This record gives sequence, C-alpha cells and structure tokens, in this order.
Amino acid sequence: MTTPLVAIRSVSKAFGEFVALKQVSLDVWTGEVLCLIGASGSGKTTLLRCINQLTTIDSGGIWLDGELLGMREQGGRLHRLGEREIARQRLKTGMVFQRFNLFPHKTALENIVEGPVQVQGRPAAEARAEALELLRRVGLAAKADWHPSQLSGGQQQRVAIARALAMKPMLMLFDEPTSALDPELVGEVLAVMKELAQSGMTMMVVTHELGFAREVADRVVYMDQGAIVEQGAAPEVLGAPREARTKAFLSAVI
Amino acid sequence: MNPADTLAPGFPDLSQVVVARPLHWRRWLAAAVILIVLAAIGRAFAYGQIEWSYVQRFLTAPVILTGIVNTIVMALLAMALGVMLGVAVAIMRLSPNPVLKSVAAGYAWLFRGTPLILQLLLWFNLALVFPTIGIPGLWSARAVDVMTPFLSALLGLGINQGAYTSEVIRAGILSVDAGQYEAAQAIGMGRLAALRRIIMPQAMRVVIPPLGNEFIGLVKATSLASVVQYPEVLHNAENIYYANSRVIELLIVAGLWYLAVVSILTPAQMLLERRFARGILLITR
Repeated sequence: MTTPLVAIRSVSKAFGEFVALKQVSLDVWTGEVLCLIGASGSGKTTLLRCINQLTTIDSGGIWLDGELLGMREQGGRLHRLGEREIARQRLKTGMVFQRFNLFPHKTALENIVEGPVQVQGRPAAEARAEALELLRRVGLAAKADWHPSQLSGGQQQRVAIARALAMKPMLMLFDEPTSALDPELVGEVLAVMKELAQSGMTMMVVTHELGFAREVADRVVYMDQGAIVEQGAAPEVLGAPREARTKAFLSAVI
Repeated sequence: MNPADTLAPGFPDLSQVVVARPLHWRRWLAAAVILIVLAAIGRAFAYGQIEWSYVQRFLTAPVILTGIVNTIVMALLAMALGVMLGVAVAIMRLSPNPVLKSVAAGYAWLFRGTPLILQLLLWFNLALVFPTIGIPGLWSARAVDVMTPFLSALLGLGINQGAYTSEVIRAGILSVDAGQYEAAQAIGMGRLAALRRIIMPQAMRVVIPPLGNEFIGLVKATSLASVVQYPEVLHNAENIYYANSRVIELLIVAGLWYLAVVSILTPAQMLLERRFARGILLITR
C-alpha cells in the first residue's frame, strides 16, 4: 500500500471573499476511517464536497485511486473535464448528505435502485435483489416500499447510506450525517456507519459526534479557518491535543 | 388519593354539554340578496331581445359542433407544442451555457412581448415575406399553400404558449430543493438525466396548477385564430350570424360551449395533480 486512495495537494477554494480552503493537503489510505472535526465554516464540508466534485476547487489537485479529479493535464496546462467524465469519476465515491436528500417521489427501494439501473445500466432484477440486501443490512427490509415522507429521519438517513452503497463506491463520504436528526435517532445511523467501518470501507466523515470519532475513527483531522490544524489517532487528538486551537474547540464542544 | 380531589373547585365539567350550532344569519342574508340580484338579471335576459329558440337550435348545429371540435383539437395540439417548447426553453434558460441561455431569454422576450393576434397574422401572411419556402436543392413549396389557416394557427398559438409555459416550467424546476440535484449528481447522473428522472417529476407537482391555468387561457385564445380563417367555434358562430343576424344568440351558443369545455378541464386537472403528488401527500397507508 504505497499510494493513498485519496491524495489532496495544496487545494484552495474561495466563495467570493470567504476563503473556505487554504492550501490543504491530506492523504487518505484504503480501509481508513477518517473523521473531520471543526467549527462550522472551518472548511471540512467543503473539502468533502470537493472530493466528489459538487464543489470545484480553485487551485491544487485531488487524486482518487491515482486519477486526477475534474481536470486533465495537457501541454503544461490544466483543462477542466466535461460533465460526462466528471459523472464517471463520481461513481467511485458515495455521498451521504446532512439532510438525506432522498428522492421523495420514489420508494426506499426505488431510491436505491435508481443509480445502478439508470446510471450503471445494470439489470433491474439484479439491482433490486442487491437493494433489498442493502436494506436488510441497514435494518430496513420491511420498509422497502415506503416513501421517504413515511420514514423517520434516522430511517431516511439509513436508506440514503444504502443508496450510496448500491453504487459500490471505493470511498464513502459522510457530510454531518446525524446533524439533522432528533437525538434519539442518532444512534441507529451511527450503528450502521460503525458496521460499515468494520467491514473495511474507506470512509471520510464530517461529524460533531466526538464519541463516534473516538470509537470508530482511525484518524481524526481537526480543521479551522480552511486549514488542517492537527491530525492523528483519535485518542491523541481528542484526548491530548497539542494545538491550542484544538484544545479550545474540544473544551467548547464537550 | 384520587387526583381529582386535588383540583381547584369552581370549574364545572363541560365534557357532557352539547355545543350549539351557530345561526350564521349574515350568511343567509347575503345568499338571499345574491339570489334576488341573479333572479333580476335572469328575468331581464328572459324578457330581453333574445330568441332562446335560436340558442337551442344552434347549440347542436353541425357547423357549431365542427367548430368546437376544431377548437379542442387546436387547443390540445397548441398546448402540446407549447409544453414541448416550454420544457426545452426552460432547461436552456437554466443551462450554464451562455449561448443557450440567451437564445431562451430572447425567445421569451420576443413572443411574450408582442400581441398574440399580431403573431397569428404574421404567420398567416408569411407568404408576403417569403413567396416560396423550403430547403435549397431538396424541397420547396409556395408559402401560400403551406401556411394554411390550421398551420398558422398552430404555430402562432403553440409558439406563443411555449414562451409562457417555459416560465411556468422554470419556476417548477427552481422550486425543487437544490439537494435533490446534488443527490442525483452524487449517484453519477448527468444534468439531463437528473432533470428527467429526479427534478421534473417533482417540479410537475408545482407546475400543474399554473399549467392548467395556461391551458384554460389557451382554449379561449383559440378564438383569436378566427382572424386567420381557422374554423373554430367562434369563427363558425360569426359566419352564421353574418347570415341570419342573430348575433347575441350565436355568441351565447359559443359561450356555452367554451364554458362546457373549461368545466371538463377542472376535474381533469385534479386527477393529474393527484398523480404527481405521489410520495408527497400520502393519504393511504
């Protein structure tokens, strides 16, 4: 294992005057569970969105599975890729959103089957069987024919995780997956994520759930003002932070 | 200890007392006034200079029936053309491509900015500008033969309708949460696939009520096609009263038919709305 699954090099991104990412560099290794923590506006969500190209970076480069994302180098210049190429690159990542973003006009099963059938062109029967298996895995086999509006937030997020997994991604991105949930529903989503981590999936998780980070993360990255301030094993960063800013953040959160 | 014993005294139990029905005498009064006014108007028409027997006779006259069929056919075809153009133009307008965007904006500006009757006359008189039309070397024809009343009415009404429909569709697309588009992108969908599979089905729910409105407007706007000699119901009614001078009677006949068609459209719209409310308003289960 000599090349990282994700290599982020000197990535910067600004939204108008607001600088979201400042020269960020980071490696993520296959099988690793990485938790990104930090205050809102620290750039952790932007970094995640840059990896599956919902946000385009201003400068720098991100390599996924050895392939440069969103751009092609030719004649000493970078050329942005077309929509089709970007869509192809996105298939390597699965994204779970803070607000679930399930398709409300489709049932839980239809939500999961949509990508494999419509995008990957896989046979409907095969995709359905796999989707049911995924629903079983997230504990929702009985809700296959229910619409999102009939499910609780925790159930919706578990369907959303199954939808992302159906594309067989090599990397799962979680953008504050439990922030929009009622407190009593957080546990069921974290349990699914924990099971996924134990199965060996490479995961990047933006989260405020420090308990989850402590228990599941191989590495914790603390970001502030668009830069990585401190990173390391969970007990180090969360238990004995070296940087003053990390200490301040942790004492404010706990 | 019984908890009721601890409640403060002086508040009687009202759970068994019947709630009286309100009288609403003001509503009754208003209804009576309206009925009297309607009766007066009805009486005025009944004893006015109207030969109701003519209304009855011409209501089902073959020329009038052909006219209303032509009206319905034209309204359906023009709406189909309008919706197709409207969807295409709305998507162009929301595209990141500045060329497509400008073309779409220009189209809406041109066809919303000029009167419909003028556009109909322009299409009908296209032969004055281009005596022959066609593709050089492949096919050509005299514009007078091509621009029949039917075709000029269809182009005039449909293209004009497309300009209005595009704004309705655009509003519908914008009403769908941006997260839906991101979720579609995240599972590898391109822009058009996301629009077709994810965004449009959700936009339809918002789009149908104003689109129903547009269609009702279009049914009545077909009457303008009489200026290009298209034989819709008002045109045919006019032709009859030019001959027999029963102007009001035939206008009432046409009016009754428009009312009938529009009355059928309202429940049809409700059925469509229910179809697209799937997953949003689930009453069953």
